Amino acid sequence: MNGFNHIVNLDIRQTLRSKWFWGYSILFGGFVALMFASGITESQIIGFLGLGRLMITFIQICISILPIFVLISTVRSVVGDRESNVLEYMLSMPISLGGYYWGKLAGRFITVFIPVFLALLGAVAWGTFSNITVPWDVFIFYSLLLASMIICFLGISIFISTLSRSQELAISMAFITWLILVAFLDLILLGVMLRFRVDAGVIISIAMFNPLQVFRTAAIALFDPNLTVLGPASYYILDRVSQPVFVGFSIAYPTLLGSLLAWLGFRSFKRSDLI
Amino acid sequence: MKQNSPIIKIKNLTKVFNRIHVVDDLSVNFLAGERIALIGQNGAGKTTLIRCILGHYVYDGDVSVLGMNPRLHRKNVLKRVGFIPQLPPPLRLTVKELLEFFSRLTKTKKDAFIEVADSLGLSVKEHWTKPFFKLSGGMKQKLLISLALGRDIDILIMDEPTANLDPKAREKFIELLSRFNKKTLMILSSHRISEIENLISRVVEMDYGRAALDKILIKI
Repeated sequence: MNGFNHIVNLDIRQTLRSKWFWGYSILFGGFVALMFASGITESQIIGFLGLGRLMITFIQICISILPIFVLISTVRSVVGDRESNVLEYMLSMPISLGGYYWGKLAGRFITVFIPVFLALLGAVAWGTFSNITVPWDVFIFYSLLLASMIICFLGISIFISTLSRSQELAISMAFITWLILVAFLDLILLGVMLRFRVDAGVIISIAMFNPLQVFRTAAIALFDPNLTVLGPASYYILDRVSQPVFVGFSIAYPTLLGSLLAWLGFRSFKRSDLI
Repeated sequence: MKQNSPIIKIKNLTKVFNRIHVVDDLSVNFLAGERIALIGQNGAGKTTLIRCILGHYVYDGDVSVLGMNPRLHRKNVLKRVGFIPQLPPPLRLTVKELLEFFSRLTKTKKDAFIEVADSLGLSVKEHWTKPFFKLSGGMKQKLLISLALGRDIDILIMDEPTANLDPKAREKFIELLSRFNKKTLMILSSHRISEIENLISRVVEMDYGRAALDKILIKI
């Protein structure tokens, strides 16, 4: 794919010059620093303690912020380039469409993933330095979960971006997508289930298709096999599949979903007017 | 590439936007070495035709550029095509990064672009670390011209290339074009035909998506 490396490089360089990137990096690095400063590693709640407690708090923050952040920041990428004539110029260069599209996606993945991963790695480094036991299994799983979450929402974003004809429409679509995903989290599902007496299996299936729900459940699954702190949908899920299966699913499903949507976006991009 | 051989062949090209035939059953050939002024009112279909040649649009009919379909073989086609857009894109890259990017992509030495920029009166090194979008309109256009003219190409497509240039830079630009490889096909979309009249060998006037006038001024 000629041009892929050049586009990745270009996208990273452009992002490093953006204010949002530094704000984002400082935000997540700051969360970890703040958690250490507040003594979170020394406190204990429902069995969570030490670096594990910090990591689970961090991942909860990521689950709350990252999806909407990735959606809003990435959904403008293709449609924004189209509106500002950047796409017309870039695509008049000898770059394959695949090189451009996947290069932009890979560049964005790197710039979104690296700051949150470094924040997590920083926590591990500080923990090692302070003689706090490092839960390596949690660190590896959360790193994979973050990567999976970013791929998933990047795929959704670029799919919307490719199909949209204006930035306003793309942002609205991204916001609606996020609202729908939030609306179908377990607590709201519980309300729906109670109100309309819908079959629990149907409700849980919907929850299983919701990547936000999958991340929420997976984040807690390593620490709390009984899921006492989560809603009924999560409990229902783990009652039917074993914990290792669910952990594997929570990485694989969002990654596949994001990849599928990114591929569908590419298919549409390739087959329609480019600008 | 032989002079006189058609390197862009367009047959029954139609492009429709919202049921409007912006390019309407257009058939025309462009030969190697021709200097074509593509003229016409706003909305006549000039930019749409250029975008079809560059492979940006899906269309009905046939477009062949250097014997290839620009949609299917866009990378190979664009290796041999230089393009200067009407509006400079707001690229966030610095001048240095843009030159390096273009240089790697087209396998052309940076100095070749810098030389063209110098001849247009743009000292690239003075703006080396400045982001492209922060340059003045004229500087941006000069740099884009340098990127198009600084490499070995068979086709040069320019969409209102002098719009942002001051009179002196325009003069230099026209002079550069007149000295450019004689075998290169040039397509200039312009409203200011008086500026380029000494340069062009053929005028194609677009009107309602068709070639209302196709006049050869100098036989190649």
